[in-house]
Amino acid sequence: MDSRLRWKTRAFVGIVILSNAFGNLFLTWGLRHGAGALSASPLSFIRAIFNPWVTLGICLLITWLLSKMFLLSWADLSYVLPVTAFGYVLNAALGRLVLDEQITPARWGGTLLIVAGTVLVGAGNPSHKQKDDGGSS
Amino acid sequence: MKAWLLLAVIVAATVTADLLQSHEMKTHGEIDDFRPSGLRRVLTAMARKKFLILAVICMAVSFFAFMALVQIADLSFAVPASAATVVIETILARLVLKERVDARRWIGAALVAWGVWLLAL
Repeated sequence: MDSRLRWKTRAFVGIVILSNAFGNLFLTWGLRHGAGALSASPLSFIRAIFNPWVTLGICLLITWLLSKMFLLSWADLSYVLPVTAFGYVLNAALGRLVLDEQITPARWGGTLLIVAGTVLVGAGNPSHKQKDDGGSS
Repeated sequence: MKAWLLLAVIVAATVTADLLQSHEMKTHGEIDDFRPSGLRRVLTAMARKKFLILAVICMAVSFFAFMALVQIADLSFAVPASAATVVIETILARLVLKERVDARRWIGAALVAWGVWLLAL
């Protein structure tokens, strides 16, 4: 993999992770502060979407969606998903720091395992141009 | 119980969406023009791909289930627990998308799965 593709991949992995973590955070914050309780009615979801924090969260999650789609156009799904799983750790940390959630030692242990798994997977080659079938893209 | 049901919906919809999305994006090829006109062209082409439209519907289902989940469960549970998709998707990426998944990635995905299990305790 050439250095241009490597840097492009790193930049998009960063955008995917951050937009997902902060998108989820703002979405959760909005849903718990002023968006009202969700019910089986679609109207409750539509009403919640217009809460400013929920809207901001959705905008970031759209950014996450698009940047992940772009990343998948040149990188393997089996590389993209575990690498961006670092976002799960960031979400847990934001839940503790911003939303004041109580996280047990078992959850923190799980967080460290996810980091280890992410680092291990991230050491691989993200290009999907080396598939078993020699697939082109 | 409701939280686990919502989580099951999220996992199933996300796995389906990711597989469809990955299949279509690889058919499209690498995106390397990020100018507004280039992005417009890419988005127009994406809007015509039926598997991608199906993927977006699955993502919408997953998203609304996630909205309901974070109202009744911790974010530090909801997000990591949904990482259960990683393991299933790694297996399906190998079996369905025929991607090469080496031992290092398998071990990494297994560690992520173990971590997710601990986070969910």
